[in-house]
Amino acid sequence: MIVADQKPIEDIRKMLKGKKKVLAIGCGTCVAVCFAGGKREVGVLSSAVRMATELEGEPVQIDETIVQRQCEKEFIEHLGDQLGEYDAVLSLGCGVGVQTLADQFPGTRILPGLNTKFMGGPTEQGVWEERCQGCGNCLLEYTGGICPISRCAKQLMNGPCGGTDEGGRCEVDPDTPCAWFNIWERMDALDIQDQLMEIQPPKDWSTSRDGGRRKIVRKDLQKPKLDEGS
Amino acid sequence: MKEISNYEPQIIAFCCMHCAYAAADLAGSSRFAYPSSLKIVAIPCTGRTDMGHILKTFEDGADGVLVAGCLEGRCHFQTGNLYARQRVEHVAELLDQIGLEGERARMINISAGMGAKFAELANEFAKTISALGPTGLKKKPASRELPLPSGKIE
Ligand code: SF4
Ligand code: SF4
Repeated sequence: MIVADQKPIEDIRKMLKGKKKVLAIGCGTCVAVCFAGGKREVGVLSSAVRMATELEGEPVQIDETIVQRQCEKEFIEHLGDQLGEYDAVLSLGCGVGVQTLADQFPGTRILPGLNTKFMGGPTEQGVWEERCQGCGNCLLEYTGGICPISRCAKQLMNGPCGGTDEGGRCEVDPDTPCAWFNIWERMDALDIQDQLMEIQPPKDWSTSRDGGRRKIVRKDLQKPKLDEGS
Repeated sequence: MKEISNYEPQIIAFCCMHCAYAAADLAGSSRFAYPSSLKIVAIPCTGRTDMGHILKTFEDGADGVLVAGCLEGRCHFQTGNLYARQRVEHVAELLDQIGLEGERARMINISAGMGAKFAELANEFAKTISALGPTGLKKKPASRELPLPSGKIE
């Protein structure tokens, strides 16, 4: 899932300065399950900002709503009729949600209420960790299902770096397990540690961000076009 | 905040019905006085209170919110009161950030038999809130929830 965190109230107040009527829009998918932008969080944030701005003497009316998935046009289209009455929208979706709203409603000021952090998941109640950087050419096959791109501070392809401490923690952050220590343990348990003796070539980053903005086209799913001539 | 004579702070106490609610009842029947402006809302467990309830209570005009649960380790649902404490602490931080004093939200732990203690803690809280004075929030500003196109999302 996409994991996000709410922006500090102070930042949101600054963004909303001078606005009179704002619609806060949550998202019922990723950011709802990481408790950043679901219905409850929209309620709490809106309530806090309403009170803050009233105490400041410049009250902002904040209405609340939520859509099931803010990153798809079909789920947000219905909002079009109502946006006219608002000075701005405060999106509690991830960055994709914010941009989908902005693309769909170019005449409305769309503001981000969240800081989108990473792709990851919960590792214990109340804790989320990064697991994937969308490198575009997954190599989990070689690393026992543990991603060194997102979980090793140095993104090593042939680790560990030598800085791992005795407890198997990363030298960059002693609160984080060394990804390569984990990879070794995992592959040892699977009895495939000999695969680690094969040197991995440098990673081709052109499938990642380095190759520019990425796009997937699925011809099998695209809307068929009727041939005019037939 | 400003001192106001005859000011009666509006306090809402979310009381767990397994302990604090009974304690408040006992305080009443044993004639231990607590402020009449303290209104009690019975809840099945303090773990049921979420941050939204507490914030909206302030928006609706409360000057202080008390969340009263069982003694730690004695929660009917084991850890409901521990969750509640974390949330109340979080709300207090949020209140500080928005310009309201965090002391306006407080968690207390009490058992069903502690009627006198309930009155004592309620009076003490009322004193804190009286000293802080009204929140400065008028009536809850108009706001609404837009209807969903279909289905309900939680
Ligand atoms: S190797 Fe690439 S695609 Fe696979 S989990 Fe890591 S970052 Fe994601
Ligand atoms: S200690 Fe491990 S995780 Fe940390 S940088 Fe070195 S190899 Fe990567």
